[in-house]
Amino acid sequence: MHMAIVLTINGETKSFDAPPDMPLLWALRDILGMTGTKFGCGIAQCGACTVHVDGKAVRSCVLPVSAVANRTVTTIEHVGSTPAGAKVQKAWLEAEVIQCGYCQSGQIMAAAALLAATPNPDDSDIDAAMAGNICRCGTYVRIREAIKQAANGRQS
Amino acid sequence: MNAPDNLSRRALLTGGLATGFLLAFHLPLRAAVNEPVQPEDKTDGKFAPNAFIRIDPEGVTTLVMPQVEMGQGIYTAVSMILAEELDADWSKVQLLHAPANEKLYGNPIFVIQATGGSTSVRAFWKPLRDAGASARAMLVQAAAAQWNVDPASCTTSKGVVTHKASGRTLAYGALAAAASGQTPPNNVPLKDPKDFVYIGQPFKRLDTPDKVNGKAVYGIDAIVPNMTFATLAQCPVFGGKVGKVDDRAAKKIPGVRQIVVLDDLVAVVGDHMWAAKKGLDALDIEWNEGPNAKINSKAIWDDLRAASARDGVVAKSTGDVAKGLATGEKFEASFELPFLAHATMEPLNATVHCKPDSCEIWTGTQIMARVQSEAAKAAGLPVEKVTVNQHLLGGGFGRKLEPDMVVAAVRIAKQVDGPVKVVWTREEDIQHDVYRPVYRDTIAATLSGGKIVGWKYKIAGAAIIARWLPPAFQKGIDIDAIDSATDVPYEIPNVHVEYVRAEPPAIPTGFWRGVGPNNNVFAVECFIDELARKAGKDPVEFRRGMLANSPRFLSVLNLAAEKSNWGQPLPARVGRGVCLQPSFGSFIATVVEAEVDEQGEINLRRATSVVDTGIAVNPDTIIAQVEGGLVFGLTAALYGEITIEKGRVQQSNFNDYRMLRINQMPKIEVHVVRSGEAPGGIGETGTTAGPPALRNAIYAATGVALRRLPIDRKLLAAGKKA
Repeated sequence: MHMAIVLTINGETKSFDAPPDMPLLWALRDILGMTGTKFGCGIAQCGACTVHVDGKAVRSCVLPVSAVANRTVTTIEHVGSTPAGAKVQKAWLEAEVIQCGYCQSGQIMAAAALLAATPNPDDSDIDAAMAGNICRCGTYVRIREAIKQAANGRQS
Repeated sequence: MNAPDNLSRRALLTGGLATGFLLAFHLPLRAAVNEPVQPEDKTDGKFAPNAFIRIDPEGVTTLVMPQVEMGQGIYTAVSMILAEELDADWSKVQLLHAPANEKLYGNPIFVIQATGGSTSVRAFWKPLRDAGASARAMLVQAAAAQWNVDPASCTTSKGVVTHKASGRTLAYGALAAAASGQTPPNNVPLKDPKDFVYIGQPFKRLDTPDKVNGKAVYGIDAIVPNMTFATLAQCPVFGGKVGKVDDRAAKKIPGVRQIVVLDDLVAVVGDHMWAAKKGLDALDIEWNEGPNAKINSKAIWDDLRAASARDGVVAKSTGDVAKGLATGEKFEASFELPFLAHATMEPLNATVHCKPDSCEIWTGTQIMARVQSEAAKAAGLPVEKVTVNQHLLGGGFGRKLEPDMVVAAVRIAKQVDGPVKVVWTREEDIQHDVYRPVYRDTIAATLSGGKIVGWKYKIAGAAIIARWLPPAFQKGIDIDAIDSATDVPYEIPNVHVEYVRAEPPAIPTGFWRGVGPNNNVFAVECFIDELARKAGKDPVEFRRGMLANSPRFLSVLNLAAEKSNWGQPLPARVGRGVCLQPSFGSFIATVVEAEVDEQGEINLRRATSVVDTGIAVNPDTIIAQVEGGLVFGLTAALYGEITIEKGRVQQSNFNDYRMLRINQMPKIEVHVVRSGEAPGGIGETGTTAGPPALRNAIYAATGVALRRLPIDRKLLAAGKKA
């Protein structure tokens, strides 16, 4: 019941066998050994598993791997090679956003997708893009601040 | 035994949390920790003068972290304290997780190797400074001997010893071998805080660079060659057992390898988590639910209310409370707090490889040595045959002060050939937590001439300490449950505090961020607001009137009032609420501003905290901890409640156990007051402050005096009155 999956992850072509209904999250973590993308809830409620598929933020815990065959996946391990991702990572460290850090892969992926689509987001844009990402340490104040810093960095 | 060097990554991390009950109570335990045991690791000319410091010939300074990093920034704070007295070169600092070793790395407050209760900086402040200063003195002695000069004529800075008179210098790395031969001096003087160069500066955290790019390794990320993946189901009813298991459908699922059936749980082992999870879903399990299937929240609350009517054990009595309560006008109230789950973002997990003669574990825990000993019992091995590899924790909040997730994984791994990673689903994590217990606090107080004359306070709730640290449970008093009840900030002439131990049936209870002060600060600060109203006084003014001899409390309260625009007009149904708390050895005043809409829904507008935590080791981390702590506490106030029906937890995931999200956030401002006092705890302070400050804001906005959490919106709809 496995099928051969071919997809482009972080610029590399990956081929592996997996059940077609297997969420991308588990293919990344348990088959490919890419553990930067995190498991949080399994029902698209917390955003810890956020990755980009063709540049858009998606919850990999509910996205069957067969649905992303032949599409382009970017994960936290590689988002720094995108202009928006690099700005977000830098701003995250400058604002010292992170506490435990477990949700932050997802937060950074969501923020990078936001900035790629909306270079100068206002507060309501940030709310809309980031409300699906839970942070149990409560770093939201700094997430907002860092997104604004990253956006300003883009302008200068 | 695992040596420090097998701990996971290089440079990490930060510090400074812990609990306050140590201040009010000296734990009756014999401190036997942080002994100056010479570590084995002296290879290759390495200078290893104590449990915390290793300097190699290249000058690389490896610091061993006695407290675990779960987001609170302790790895950076611990490193700053060590590096300060050592005069280390910060650019050459690398970090290691400490191995399981109670004597070397025990928390001096708990005596066991535990991180919790906002104790880290308080507990390790002196031992780490001593360790750094002693190592520095040995390096200076080594240099002075080489130069044939008086050690007192040498100075140190950034990893270099200098003899000023001759202009000679030697780097610590070059002195490593010679320093190893020096005798550690006795009673090395510590720096005057005015000479601190690292402590007090806003240092960048050492653990965060790897957390922006997916490189940080949490327990759930451990990869062991040839491991399989498992997930588990425990009986949904607490204490229930496995009856019959039909695994025919599960075994047909591709990738499922093995079904492990134990007396109280079933696990499915597969090629990956997806196979394990699908396999578990396909099992037909008949549970023997046992007697606890009758338990429900209503009965638990009925029992707790009955218990709280009984007399308790006296925890404090000053003045004459009978006389006090007979003077003036008397008021009474009771406050109730629900069961709470921890819901760390990283679901519970442990990876275990059990062999006939050894057991190796990869996980993130707040209790290294206890995990090792409990795992040894489960594996049936001597403790020295069990190795625990510590990892970063994706949140702790007290959940990982328990070893149950590791014990379950060991029991499963004993049935599995090769290493197995056991990951709990979020549903299992929420439904098999060790819950913050329900509490009921009752208060009777009298007002005369606008002042509180008598104060009788009774806490009813579980004694977590009795189970978790039995030697500290003495005379029937749980020092955690009463924390912040026996040391309220206010001058009250006649005070009586009692504790009634009331254990809920079957529901496991444990520490939760904010610990005992969560219940007491809530009850005290809510009731103080009610008394202020009875006395016809502004809540801040009323508190000030009882703080004449408490300058640190007065100072944070005044600054919080100023920064929050206390007293300035607000629109209808918007209020400000204040909380002043003595918890964790810090002095904190918080003002929350909130709006209550016509339906009773809450809009958080603003939160302002002023913190006097003594010497602030890493000020930016302190601000971050209070910001995050407020969110944790406000989340609980708005949403947090675990309920029980038919012996089962009714909540299961973030859809029904809700969290505050970014779009609901207030503006938060945290001000850290400069202080030369000894450091206090910080990691839990915001959590304790948020709920009473919010409740008092709602009280100001609506006149409704809520006495139970989470906040019941139905009581707050327009037109409702207290």
